[in-house]
Amino acid sequence: MTEAMAIEMTVNGRRERISAPPETPLLYVLRNDLGLDAPRFGCGLAQCGACTVHLDGNAIRSCATPVEAARGSKVTTLEGLAPRPGVLHVVQQAFIDEQAAQCGYCINGWIMSAAALLAGNPRATDDEIRRGLAGLKCRCGTHMSILRAVKLAASRMAAKA
Amino acid sequence: MDDVVTHIGASRRDFLKAGGALVVSFAVPGCAVESMKPSAALPEPGAWPASIDPNALDSWLRIGADGSVTASVGKIEAGMGVGTSFAQIVAEELDVPLERVTIVMGDTATTVNQRGTGSSNGIIEGGEAMRRAGAQGRATLLALASERLGVGVEALRVKEGVVFAAADASRRASYGELVGGRLLDVKVGEKPALKKPADYTLVGKPVPRMDIPAKVVGAYRYITDLRVPGMLHARVIRPPQAMARLQKVGAATLPGLVRVVHEGDFLAVVCEREEQAIAAARALPVEWSQPAPAFWRGYDELYAHLRSAAPRTTRSEGLRGDVDVALALAAHRLEASYEYPFQSHASMGPACAVADVRDGGAVVWFAGQKPYPLRAAVGNLLKIPAEKVRVVWRPGPGSYGMNDADDCAMDAAFIARAVGRPVRLQYMRADATAWDPKGPPVAIRMRAGINSAREVFAWDYEARGFSGRVRNNSTDFGGDALVGQLIGGQRVKSTDWPQFSSESYTFPNARRVSHIVDWNRSMATGLRTAHLRDPDGMSTCFASESFADEVAYAAGMDPVAFRLRYLGDARDKAVVEACAAKAGWEAHAAPRAPRGRIARGQGIAYAPRNGTAVAVVAEVAVDRETGRYRVTRFTCAHDCGFVVNPLSLRGTIEANLIQGMSRAMHEAVRFDATRVLSADWISYPIVDMTEVPDAIDIVIVGNRPEARSRGAGEPATRPVAAAIANALHDAVGARIRRVPLTPDAVLAALKA
Repeated sequence: MTEAMAIEMTVNGRRERISAPPETPLLYVLRNDLGLDAPRFGCGLAQCGACTVHLDGNAIRSCATPVEAARGSKVTTLEGLAPRPGVLHVVQQAFIDEQAAQCGYCINGWIMSAAALLAGNPRATDDEIRRGLAGLKCRCGTHMSILRAVKLAASRMAAKA
Repeated sequence: MDDVVTHIGASRRDFLKAGGALVVSFAVPGCAVESMKPSAALPEPGAWPASIDPNALDSWLRIGADGSVTASVGKIEAGMGVGTSFAQIVAEELDVPLERVTIVMGDTATTVNQRGTGSSNGIIEGGEAMRRAGAQGRATLLALASERLGVGVEALRVKEGVVFAAADASRRASYGELVGGRLLDVKVGEKPALKKPADYTLVGKPVPRMDIPAKVVGAYRYITDLRVPGMLHARVIRPPQAMARLQKVGAATLPGLVRVVHEGDFLAVVCEREEQAIAAARALPVEWSQPAPAFWRGYDELYAHLRSAAPRTTRSEGLRGDVDVALALAAHRLEASYEYPFQSHASMGPACAVADVRDGGAVVWFAGQKPYPLRAAVGNLLKIPAEKVRVVWRPGPGSYGMNDADDCAMDAAFIARAVGRPVRLQYMRADATAWDPKGPPVAIRMRAGINSAREVFAWDYEARGFSGRVRNNSTDFGGDALVGQLIGGQRVKSTDWPQFSSESYTFPNARRVSHIVDWNRSMATGLRTAHLRDPDGMSTCFASESFADEVAYAAGMDPVAFRLRYLGDARDKAVVEACAAKAGWEAHAAPRAPRGRIARGQGIAYAPRNGTAVAVVAEVAVDRETGRYRVTRFTCAHDCGFVVNPLSLRGTIEANLIQGMSRAMHEAVRFDATRVLSADWISYPIVDMTEVPDAIDIVIVGNRPEARSRGAGEPATRPVAAAIANALHDAVGARIRRVPLTPDAVLAALKA
C-alpha cells in the first residue's frame, strides 16, 4: 500500500477532497470516508455489481476501481441518483411500483446499471435489457420483478420523450 | 456505548423506564422496521434484562404518547417482506393506521425469545404472536377508555387509534392519551378476542412493502452500514487446504495493523481501516501444513462413497404393506438413482458482524436468522454467562437458512475480546462462498413395481446422504461455529436429520428410508453442512418427483393424471389441478421429444411442506445440438392458507422459483481432494438475467380467512429441480438424474 494522496472529485454534486492511497478501491472511500452506504461490497472482484456507481455517467464497479481513477471526475451514487430532493429517479419509482426487492442488498447495482443503460438507450428492448444487465447478480432471485421494473421505467421514459 | 455492558440483570421494567425511547422517529417515511433506522443503531447505554417475559403484553407491544405503536417480535426480516406483514397484523387488530406501527425484531434484549426465523415460520409463529398482542392491546385500551369516558366497552368504537362512544363521537380518547408512554401492565391472555376476518381492511390486502422505498434510495441500513465509535476492522485468513494446520505467523509491519489474532488454526488481522485489513490479510506471512487430501476427487467419488458407506443412522417412515414382496411380484419393475450436490448459500454480501466485548459482557450485531441461540453460543465461546451477552439482529443480505452470518458473528466476538475494542468483521467473497456451511449432498435410489393392470403398487425411496449439522437452532455452542472448530476443544452439537421426501402418494406398498452417512469433514472445512433454504427439500423432491414421472410413463399415464390418481391429500391434488389448468397442460402419456433443433417440453412437480402445498409446471426450450436450454415459463399453484399480503407473497414465490431454478440448473460446490474450489461467482455460477423465464404465472389456492396461514418462505423452492428435469425429459426424451441440470448433462442424456 502506497502513501496517502489528496484526491479531489465531485460526488453527488459536492466537491470532495479525499486523502487515501491512490490504489484504494473507490468503494471504501465512498462508504467509509464519505458515508455513502448504498454502494455495497458484494465480491470485490467486479463480478456481481452490488458496488455500482456512475463515474462521469458510466456505470462502473467501484470495488475494482482505484480511487485515483475518479480524480477530477463526477461520481454519482444511488443516494445522488434522484434529480432533486423529494423526487425519485424514474428507475427508482419503477422499482417501488413493481416491488422489485427481496433482501435488497444487490438493488443498488440493478438501479444504477439500469439507469445508465436507459440513459443511453431509453427504448431498450426486453432482449437489450436482459443482455445489458446480464453481469449483475441477485441471489434472492428477484429478477422477474426487476425486469418488469426496468421495462416500466423504459416505457415511462419513452412516453415522456 | 462505553458502558453498554454494565448494569447487567436489571428488570425489564427498569429497562423500559431507563431506556425509555424504544420508539424512535422515522428516518425514512413509511419504514416499518425499527432496526434499519440509523438512530436505532446502538443499544441504549445501561442495562438489558436477562430475558423478555413472553407472558407480559408489554414485551410485545408499546403505545407511545403520540399514539405510535411499537411491536416487538422474536423473528427477523429475511427479505421477503414479513416486517410489513407483521405491521399489517398489528395495525389491523389495534385499528391504527399502518404508518403508525414500528416493528422491532431479533434483539435479545428487547424482543421475546422465539428462537428467530427458520423453516418459514415467520408468519406462523411471529404473525400469530402479533395478532394476539394486537388484539389484547386493543381490549386493554378499550377497557381504559371505558373507564375514562364512562361508556361501556360494547358501546365504544375505534378508528385510527381513537376510541369514541358509538352514540356520541365527541366522547373520545386517543390511544396516546390513554396509555402513551406508560406500560400496559397486563398478562398476555389465553384467548384474546381476535378481530373477525370479515372485518379486515389491511390483513389479506396487497399492501406495498414498507422497506422497499428505503431500499431503492439507499437508505435501508444493513449490518454492513453499522459503525460503532472506536471501531476497528478485521479480516480472517482461512486455511488454504482443508484440515491444514497453522504452523507459523510471521512478523510484519503493515499499514494500520493493530493486532494479529490467532489461536489454533483461527487467524485474523485487525486494522484501523477496512482496506488496510484486506491488504494485511493478503500480506501477512503465514505458514500452513500440507495435510493429506481430506475430500474426494469430485462428485463421482462422493456419490460412490454415499452409496457404499455403512450408514451411521437409518430411519424410515411412511411404511405401508410389504415393499420387498411387492417388488418381487411386480410385473414391471423400475429403478433409478438420483444425485444432488453440495450447494452454497452464496449470499450477495459476504457476512458482516460487529462485536464489542468488554467488562465481562458482549454486544454482537449480526444478520443471521437466530439471534437467541447465538447469544448462548457467544457466551459458550467466550465463557461468559449468556445473560451478559446481547445479540442484535440487523438486516443483511438474504441468508436462506444458515449462511456465513453466524460464523462471522462468532469470529467477530472472538476477535473483539482479543483487542478490547469494537470490531467490524466483513468476510471476503471467498470466505463466504468457499467457507459457508453447505447444503448437504444426497444420493437417492428409487424403485417401483407396476402390476399387470398397469397400477403402481410398490414405491421404495432410499436416501443416502450427509446430515445438515446444527439444526434446528443453528449455532448453540462455541463449536458449532467455524471459529470454535478452528481453535478446537469446543462443545459441539451433532444433528442427524433424515432426508425424506414429503409427497402424499397412496401406493399400497411403500416406504421411505434415510441413511445418514458419517461425514468426518463436516466441521472446520468448507464442506461443512447446514440447512440451506428448504433443507433437503429440493434434493429429496428432485428424486421422488422425477421418478413419479418415470413411473407414470412406464404405467402409460400422463404425469398430471398420474398425480391426481395416486395423491392422497385433497390440498395436494388441488394445487396439481390448478397448476395444470393455469399452465395449459397438454396431457401426454410418454415424453413427446419433438423433432427439430429446438425441442419444447412441459414438466410438473409438486410438494407439500409443513402445511403448505405447491405445484410447479416448467416449460423449457432445448437446443438439441448444444444441450443449452431455457426455462421459458413457470406456472405455480401455491396453497399456504390465508394470505396476509398477496403482493409480498407473489414476490416471495417468484424469488423461490428463480433461486430454485438457479440451484437446479447451475449450482454444485466444486472441490478437489484438498480444498473447495468454488470461491466466487465464476467458480460458483448462479442464474443471470438472460436466463430467467419470459413469464411466471401464479395461482393462489386455498386463500380463505378461515384457513390457517402457513409458511411461504421456502415451499416453492422444493419442486423446481424436479419440474425442470421433467420438462427436459418431455422435450428431449432423455432423463437427467443429477443436479445441476447442465447443457452437458442434456447432451450426454441425448446421446445415451
